[in-house]
Amino acid sequence: MSAPAANGWVRLRRNRAALAGAAVLAAITGLCFVAPLLFGLDPHTTDPAARHLGPSGAHWFGTDALGRDYLSRCLVGGRTSLLVGLAATVTSVLVGVVWGAVAGYSGGRVDEVMMRFVDFFYGIPYMFLVILIMLLFSETARGEPLPVFLALGLVQWLTMARIVRGQVLTLREREFVQAAIVSGAGPVHIIVRHILPNVVNVVVVYATLTVPAVIILESFLSFLGLGVKLSWGQLVAEGVAVVNPIQSYWWLLFWPSLLLGATLLCLNFLGDGLRDALDPRTRT
Amino acid sequence: MNRDDALLEIDDLHTHFVGEGEPVRAVDGVSLRVARGAITGLVGESGSGKSVLSLSVLGLVPPPTGRIVSGRIRLGGRDLTSLSQKELRHVRGNRVAMIFQDPMTSLNPYLRIEEQLGEVARLHLGLSRAAARDRAVEMLDRVGIPDPAQRIRAHPHELSGGMRQRAMIAMALLCEPELLIADEPTTALDVTIQAQILELLAGLRDERGMSILLITHDLAVVSAVCENVYVMYAGRILEQGPTREVFKTPAHPYTLALLRSVPRVDRRAGVASGSHLLKSIEGLPPRLDAGPFQACRFAPRCDLVRDACTRAEPTLELREGRGRRCVAEPDELR
Repeated sequence: MSAPAANGWVRLRRNRAALAGAAVLAAITGLCFVAPLLFGLDPHTTDPAARHLGPSGAHWFGTDALGRDYLSRCLVGGRTSLLVGLAATVTSVLVGVVWGAVAGYSGGRVDEVMMRFVDFFYGIPYMFLVILIMLLFSETARGEPLPVFLALGLVQWLTMARIVRGQVLTLREREFVQAAIVSGAGPVHIIVRHILPNVVNVVVVYATLTVPAVIILESFLSFLGLGVKLSWGQLVAEGVAVVNPIQSYWWLLFWPSLLLGATLLCLNFLGDGLRDALDPRTRT
Repeated sequence: MNRDDALLEIDDLHTHFVGEGEPVRAVDGVSLRVARGAITGLVGESGSGKSVLSLSVLGLVPPPTGRIVSGRIRLGGRDLTSLSQKELRHVRGNRVAMIFQDPMTSLNPYLRIEEQLGEVARLHLGLSRAAARDRAVEMLDRVGIPDPAQRIRAHPHELSGGMRQRAMIAMALLCEPELLIADEPTTALDVTIQAQILELLAGLRDERGMSILLITHDLAVVSAVCENVYVMYAGRILEQGPTREVFKTPAHPYTLALLRSVPRVDRRAGVASGSHLLKSIEGLPPRLDAGPFQACRFAPRCDLVRDACTRAEPTLELREGRGRRCVAEPDELR
């Protein structure tokens, strides 16, 4: 296992777009998590004298309607968005891949039951589902990030499970899987060793698409008062709300959108690079 | 064929696919022996049940519809049909190995040859990583892959088709199986590679006394390497015997028709000179889901059909190591 991973690393490093994506992503992440601590930025203090100020030396990103420093808000908000995106995606990948692989490989009645379960949850509007999951937590816990991660992850895995199952259904019939069965390999061994490596590319690509989807979902939750306070999605929503033809507070929309957009773009490049790097058929 | 030195004995095997209505009788009463240290051929056209037969031996008839309805499959005297899946896993790869038609798709594109072969060795022989690797190198060398220590680091797509089939054979041989089932091992390869692979199989039989069940629809392959041959049609064996004799004096109209439908290099085909003309077999194989056969299943396509053929299915007539299911006189088959 170490050898192909090492080779994949070599291939990834040769992909400039992926590398640049990873670098920008790391920079944004670093800024969000470290900068507010380092420079003592405070996203919550209001200042009635400094409402709706445009970007300046004192407030690089300007201030919002309550005179709060927008740079601090964008960076601290980024923490939430990045964490939610990552945690919910990890949850959805873990649950979805295992669920889909087991269903697809088992086939027959097991598959039938497992996928009807997925269909059932698909049938419920996801927002309703998220709200239901959120209600499982106590009122005080609801504003915390963890319930939101779980709620979003537990909704997102449905699509992942379907995608993985579809892949596994075709892989199961491939001759190398038959060859492994004929060599006496057990089902767990076959799933882990032969099937999962072959679905990695699809999973990686879909996971990079899940991160933005989750970030946006979270902002919608925030809008309903169920999300984590202060995130990019929420800032964008506020920014959109104040767009009007008479008085433009463009920076309120511009900065969080820029950060969000840059993050999503970087994730896509990185995802693309990872997919290529993990496929041994790509020439080194 | 001496009963005592048979490694694989299949007795009256029925493997059906059961759904709604009549079951599909894919294997419908097949008896077959693979002698120790011999290559036994199983020929038949597509859909005749050859592959289902081999899957039955490995206990891999696809559930839930497919199942062995009756019959016995014995390997070295031990009944395989009564084994649990766990016991069967130990048989697969270890005592019985199988190679497939298409070497392009039989190897996992994500794994190096080393990993693919190594895991079989570790699974069955309990070898360490390093020992499994050495074993794999040894086997690759044995099947004639040049520079095996280097090649073992390759991914499947870096090898040619013939090379991959050799790697597959090496994988099958890792645990020194007693029986190798080769399902159309040369069909996807070009003729020169085909010859090399057949030579390799024959060599393995000679030097290790391995038994091989060679499943194919290629009569030339059978005549090149098989001691004995079984001709399968619509789920049943219609003729069996030593390859030479069966090909020289076919005792069943189906075998004869098969032989006449194949072009031969040493004869000019297409010349209107009687028996040298390539002849196709008119009609189609019968449906296998129309209930038990009450007549000879080849009768609708047979040139020598008579009343007796449609009254009952001919029984297997065994004589001097040869067998056939036909009521026609041998003289009529010239």
